[in-house]
Amino acid sequence: MPHDHHAPIKIPDVEGDPDALTTRALKELLIAKGYFTADDVRRKIEEIQSPGPHQGAALIAAAWVDPEFRKRLLTDGKAAAAEMGYLIGEAALVVVENTHDLHNLITCTLCSCYPRSLLGQPPPWYTSKAYRARSVVDPRGVMAELGWTPPQGLQIRVHDSTADMRYLVLPLRPPGTEGWSQSDLARLVSRDSMIGIAPATNPVT
Amino acid sequence: MTLPRFSIGDLVRIADRMPMGHMRTPAYVRGRIGRVEGYCGAFPNPETLAYGGDGLPDRDLYRVHLAQPSLWPNYNGAPEDTLEIEIYDHWLEPIDASDEYDHAP
Repeated sequence: MPHDHHAPIKIPDVEGDPDALTTRALKELLIAKGYFTADDVRRKIEEIQSPGPHQGAALIAAAWVDPEFRKRLLTDGKAAAAEMGYLIGEAALVVVENTHDLHNLITCTLCSCYPRSLLGQPPPWYTSKAYRARSVVDPRGVMAELGWTPPQGLQIRVHDSTADMRYLVLPLRPPGTEGWSQSDLARLVSRDSMIGIAPATNPVT
Repeated sequence: MTLPRFSIGDLVRIADRMPMGHMRTPAYVRGRIGRVEGYCGAFPNPETLAYGGDGLPDRDLYRVHLAQPSLWPNYNGAPEDTLEIEIYDHWLEPIDASDEYDHAP
């Protein structure tokens, strides 16, 4: 393919961004003074970015097939996650269960608290001021805009993560998945279903 | 070790204060009435921790339920919708069961 059919692509970098410049200056100074090495920084970034929604999905799928694990996950999410080898860095993981009468939605109005050590970095909309403000005032409207309209008669409970807890939604297991393997079930557990903005993927539709 | 001041099911009022500084109690719940849903444990006080302090003494942290229609005058969701939020002990005031209140969950 020739390379002349589009405008030059601009890669965002620290040019002109005062915060990024300050961060870089501090980092270079601390490395020069021997507090840590550039490799320490790279490894820390790698560590922060390596968790992902697949870890949460594995927990949810396990809870769907194993009632005893489900109980443990709902009682102490951190301990249950550790059983499966996932180490939660935050103080506690509160797992909230969706039922046919109650649907949970997670937000953080004050900043952008999220179970990062389990699910990785949150989606950009989760940290946006619009979501943080509107998720508490108009949760049903926000969900509808993002593609799912909760039925009337289903109570919506919004969890505002204001302090030390981090939250994970245990979505309803989709109908028609009886007998599915744990790994197949895990594929139905989207990141957004663990935030509560949508149900788990329905394999039939 | 002292026992937490509130038990699950207690009605509480979230303090209606507007201090300066780093507060983890959002303005929209201040002065509202809710019900204690859970006890989370005791944690360093973020209001001093945020400024380089030690956060001591630890503060008891609760999960408090509020009725959505009690928070927003024009709430357009379902009347049974709820909000759950973490509030530290020193932001909670006990409510006498004989007090009159509206919209408690």
